[in-house]
Amino acid sequence: MVTTVEIPTDMELVYKYPESLTPRSTHYCPGCTHGIIHRLIAEVIDELGVRERTIGVAPVGCAVLAYEYFNMDFCEAAHGRAPAMATGIKRVSPDKVVFTYQGDGDLAAIGTSEIIHTANRGELITTIFVNNAIYGMTGGQMAPTTLPGQVTTSSPRGRDVETAGWPMKMAELIGMLGGAVYVTRQAVLDVPSIRRTKKAIKLAFQVQLAGLGFSMVEIISTCGTNWGVSPLEALDWAKTHMLAYYPLGDTKVSDAVRELMGERVTPFTMVKSATEL
Amino acid sequence: MARELWEGNATIAEAAVRAGLEAFFGYPITPQSEILEHLSHRLPELGRVFLQTESEVASINMVYGAACAGARVMTSSSSPGISLMQEGFSYIACSEVPAVIINVMRGGPGLGNVAPSQGDYFQAVKMAGHGDFHPIVLAPGNLQEAADLTVLAFDLAEKYRTIGMVLADGSLGQMMEPVEMPPMRPVRPPYERPSWALTGAEGRPPNIITSLYLVEEVLEKVNLRLQAKLRQIAANEVRWKEYSTEDAELLLVAFGTVGRVCQTVVREARRAGIRAGLLRPITVWPFPSARIAQLAEQVRGVLVVEMNAGQMLEDVRLAVEGRRPVRFYGRFGGIIPLPDEIMPELEKLDAETR
Repeated sequence: MVTTVEIPTDMELVYKYPESLTPRSTHYCPGCTHGIIHRLIAEVIDELGVRERTIGVAPVGCAVLAYEYFNMDFCEAAHGRAPAMATGIKRVSPDKVVFTYQGDGDLAAIGTSEIIHTANRGELITTIFVNNAIYGMTGGQMAPTTLPGQVTTSSPRGRDVETAGWPMKMAELIGMLGGAVYVTRQAVLDVPSIRRTKKAIKLAFQVQLAGLGFSMVEIISTCGTNWGVSPLEALDWAKTHMLAYYPLGDTKVSDAVRELMGERVTPFTMVKSATEL
Repeated sequence: MARELWEGNATIAEAAVRAGLEAFFGYPITPQSEILEHLSHRLPELGRVFLQTESEVASINMVYGAACAGARVMTSSSSPGISLMQEGFSYIACSEVPAVIINVMRGGPGLGNVAPSQGDYFQAVKMAGHGDFHPIVLAPGNLQEAADLTVLAFDLAEKYRTIGMVLADGSLGQMMEPVEMPPMRPVRPPYERPSWALTGAEGRPPNIITSLYLVEEVLEKVNLRLQAKLRQIAANEVRWKEYSTEDAELLLVAFGTVGRVCQTVVREARRAGIRAGLLRPITVWPFPSARIAQLAEQVRGVLVVEMNAGQMLEDVRLAVEGRRPVRFYGRFGGIIPLPDEIMPELEKLDAETR
């Protein structure tokens, strides 16, 4: 028996299911943070009122079925190629809002070339990069973001940096590029970090809408299933170990983005910025 | 319109512009870089999209994206670059979005060289990527055809929502000939993009373009639909040209540049008293098998000539089905067989089958 409760007219509706999400349940594991990130993106797209002109590009990885959960036009890219596909879409549809949703294998291993060149060209797209330090969908193998010493199904004695190299700090790397105007690393490990992440996602989309350049939000996330811990332990592990290696914060905020945020940019900085071009 | 002297690669590029090309994504590689160069000034001056990419992998995935958005889009490359694009071809074919690919073949395998070759026939016709699909493959034999078939590639790609590939070679890309350019078509405005395209879900349910079907029965259904489409293409779109086949006793089969060389062979053979004819496939997929089978009933033997180790040869043999002897002559490494080399092969076949 379903009981319908009328919302009293004198009360303001402050929280509802985002229009930008479909009513489906996700396939994500218990405790996975993809669901939170999906919701944040959906809330931002709702708030900006751009759902009907947004086109998303899904990756290969755990979020391969993201198009099932977002209520908007979507396509599914080949592994790592989402930024190239998004480039193709945006170049022929400059009035649309285009974003990629990518994991660490997709963006930081097989797709490094595409993300670097897309960012460097300053494509007017937004990338949401979910870093959980492991390959989730294929069963917990070592990722380019796996921490030194971290045990995975393909680094059974822990990641050996002598043979496997170092975890990739993508926000720092992408932040260095001329076409990237807003790059930040955030987390979804507790309420304050989730709220900051939403703000960052919103700014990243606003940067695209303002036509300022490429924007990327790296999000430190968890994978309790493949880390072999409970959802709560996963949040603690990420806070203790991942945040130590992947510091949170902005790696690139261009002067134009600062102006967009309403920050005063001194004339000196602006001149410097112009000559840098 | 008047005939003008055009270089082969520029011919293809300009024909694409006139076919209503909205966006080009490409990476330089010899012997086709002039396509990219021509479009680098032509598309921006018309307010259309040109982008030199970081790799052929990026090119094909940008093409995939722009195609999903409903734009008329193409890329061009040469053999090694085409190999890099093959994953993308497979996604495009399964997603059923239209795209045009130009392959100006060069010598291989490996880095090979930059001379003309037909070594990518198998790749284009038989195994353009993983899974069950074929692009529509058009093989021009001269620059007028290069222009006309480029336009046709767009029309067929859009009609069947698949890949239209122009399979040329380095000699076609680099030669110059008089060409009557196709008329300039207007570019389709964004608001006229197809209903399946990703244009933003404004007042309609979302459009999803994917090549992922996790449920076996669903993926089988997708494959059955793709196969039905391929059969439809095979029934409707086979194209070829014939030279002196009416009374031919020996049949030459050759495509592209070497098909043109074989026109000379037919003339010389007839002067020497050998009644030879030539069938030159224009579509190598779908292949003119039925017509070759018909001609096999009429002739004493068939000679296939290619600039490879005998790739189309297999399709000719499948069409002839052992009715007549099928011989082969080929050169590799970027060498174009000359009439003087082909004639003795034809004379041998003539003697063998008398």
